[in-house]
Amino acid sequence: MPTKIEKDAVTGRSTTGHEWDGIKELNTPLPRWWLYVFYACIAWSVGYYVFYPSLPWVHGVLGWSRRAELAETMQAERERIRPMLERIRATPIAAVDRSPELRDFAFAGGRAAFADNCAPCHGAGGAGAKGGFPALVDDEWIWGGDLAAIERTILYGVRSSHPDTRASQMPRFGADQILTAAQIADTAEHVLSLSGRSTDGAAAARGSAIFADNCAACHGPAGRGNVELGSPDLADRIWLFGSDKAAIAHSIHLGRGGVMPAWNTRLDEATIKMLTVYVHSLGGGR
Amino acid sequence: MSIPSAAAASRARPAAAPAAGPPNPPPPGSGAPPPPLYADRVKVYPKAVQGRWRQVKWALLTVCLAIYYVVPWLRWDRGPLAPDQAVLIDLDAGRAYFLWIEIWPEEVYYVTGLLILAALALFLATSLLGRVWCGYACPQTVWTDLFMLVERLIEGDRNARMRRDKQPWSADKVARKLAKHAVWLLIAAVTGGAWILYFVDAPSSFGPILHGEGSVATYSFIALFTTTTYLLAGWAREQVCTYMCPWPRIQGALLDENSIVVTYRNWRGEPRGKHKLGTEWDGRGDCVDCMQCVVVCPTGIDIRDGQQLECIGCGLCIDACNGVMAKVGRPPNLIGWDTLANQEARASGRKARYRLWRPRTVLYVILIAITAMVMVAALSSRASVELTVQRDRNPLFVTLADGSIRNGYTVKVSNKSWEPQTFRLSVDGLTGALLSLADAPDSLTDLSARPDAVATRRVFVTVPADSSVAESSSIVFRARRQAGGDSASHDSIFLAPRK
Ligand code: SF4
Ligand code: SF4
Repeated sequence: MPTKIEKDAVTGRSTTGHEWDGIKELNTPLPRWWLYVFYACIAWSVGYYVFYPSLPWVHGVLGWSRRAELAETMQAERERIRPMLERIRATPIAAVDRSPELRDFAFAGGRAAFADNCAPCHGAGGAGAKGGFPALVDDEWIWGGDLAAIERTILYGVRSSHPDTRASQMPRFGADQILTAAQIADTAEHVLSLSGRSTDGAAAARGSAIFADNCAACHGPAGRGNVELGSPDLADRIWLFGSDKAAIAHSIHLGRGGVMPAWNTRLDEATIKMLTVYVHSLGGGR
Repeated sequence: MSIPSAAAASRARPAAAPAAGPPNPPPPGSGAPPPPLYADRVKVYPKAVQGRWRQVKWALLTVCLAIYYVVPWLRWDRGPLAPDQAVLIDLDAGRAYFLWIEIWPEEVYYVTGLLILAALALFLATSLLGRVWCGYACPQTVWTDLFMLVERLIEGDRNARMRRDKQPWSADKVARKLAKHAVWLLIAAVTGGAWILYFVDAPSSFGPILHGEGSVATYSFIALFTTTTYLLAGWAREQVCTYMCPWPRIQGALLDENSIVVTYRNWRGEPRGKHKLGTEWDGRGDCVDCMQCVVVCPTGIDIRDGQQLECIGCGLCIDACNGVMAKVGRPPNLIGWDTLANQEARASGRKARYRLWRPRTVLYVILIAITAMVMVAALSSRASVELTVQRDRNPLFVTLADGSIRNGYTVKVSNKSWEPQTFRLSVDGLTGALLSLADAPDSLTDLSARPDAVATRRVFVTVPADSSVAESSSIVFRARRQAGGDSASHDSIFLAPRK
């Protein structure tokens, strides 16, 4: 309301009584339809309070909630994809990968399952992590990189408690006093030489004999590893536990080996197949 | 010289409807009741008018409506796979077609360019000719005019309508009102229905929509546009221009004293007063105060109060007054198109001159030319193939067993032609780099894309071991159309471990 009713000389209308830079605003009434629209907006917002949850502990007469809607949507989505999952479950893994329709579905499902279950150890992009979490994007597969081998690894894990688990045991050459520290150092030098990185030819030559006696049975005379036994290739450039001499010596001393759980206890068959398709496609699949 | 002033605007209202004016402002001084906060609408009953500008308005109305209703039916041959509607916005497929122009979602900047062009053209037109857009071509004006024509045919002209509205309800009054609203709703529905045809194939969708076989969304939109047309053109009318439309406020800044606008020739008309035929004109102005200019005005204002916010520049008051001037035997155009500067010049006996080239109009013309050239250049260089490359973020690079370094990329090739195409991918800028498809490492790096679609593939770039590749090198991907012709490239980088 104007503080002081004042009339504008030009228009004959009253002003609001306020002045800005010598300009006085006319007290022009708003159009009535504007008022009605304003009332309608208020009624509308009150309607929201009545029908929808808007205050704590007040749930609205429609009983609608975002959470229930989400649950419904999720349920509907589960129903929608059930036939597809059923087909994947009933199809051998190689055939899943050959059918474009199933493969696309499995890839998408596998990516989601990977993010939920595998990413903590293997990294969101499958790059692995130092300390025994293998990269899934490179082309070395300790236990085999074809679809069947990957599926089996996921199903039963590595050194898990499952009877069918993948298991290999690198002896603790140092800790169990099979080899002396000097012998281990020489062996490490020989292992370095397998990938052409040795700097001490004499030590490598000494280590060569020790390697032949102790390591070649699993890793092969040239150190190329053995997928059947799960023994890694020592002549390539991929090192799960570090590639420098100290890390290699440490591995020989302690006999390292990581653990992967058997996922068949936690994930259903279809999900594991989808994971297999996804992991296989990460870039190293054979 | 002042352009639309608030004072003039508010002065207009009481004059516009002397019979049913808003509550008068209270007299100054103490004890006066406070002014009302909300005012009823002062209903405007525009009177039919004949004359040149009315004819121009009818002509433009016909042209605008014809364009609106006919455009969806125009065909344009784009080949067997593409839609043949000349103007089509296909929301499902994410494509818009304007004659020979096809726009993909990532190319909406063409639409932006078009809007900028339209805005600049409007700026130019306004600074030259005032609110011609508002008065002659604005959809609000066109449909309101059409609705008022219907109203006039059914309820009669101004006086008949005013009289009937004051009478109590009778069978005749109910019948006429019902008929009017029925026709209005019909026009509104046809308007809303035609709007839909810009988004679907008109010939094949028209029948089904008419027979109730359209989608719920279709009918909701038709209902929405029907309601808004009916309310805005039938009920709100000039209130849209005065209260809702932001454009009048902007136009005030585009006009100046050299803009050609509808003006009342004060110097010639005043002092106004009633005139008896046969008496002398000496000592008085030409305005006979007959109020014809006021009663024909669709916004209900008195142009004799000067330039006002409400005036949409339709020129109907010119026609009305010219009719009066002819009758009383005075020269026409007491109200006419002129610039405010000229009015002042004429009033003081100087020569009137039109200044069309002013800094602002020159600026608008230059801006229009620049925008148009940029648009033409962009449109004519629109490639039929586009390539985008996304680098894998995780992992940044992979060391393979033989020591080679590999980076992964997702490549998208947009085939903007209407034939299937095969593109050969290649990578440049890094010696020894090898490109391979992630899912078919041994095949050629060929990529086939369906017509008017995007093909997405994952590819690897591998650099052999010991090739002393830098930590980060820039590389260029290229997609070349096998059939010859267009190619596209995209820059990216190749990352390798720190040495
Ligand atoms: S004053 Fe004249 S030009 Fe302006 S809106 Fe009214 S009739 Fe049209
Ligand atoms: S129509 Fe012409 S003569 Fe009549 S009131 Fe308007 S300006 Fe005056």
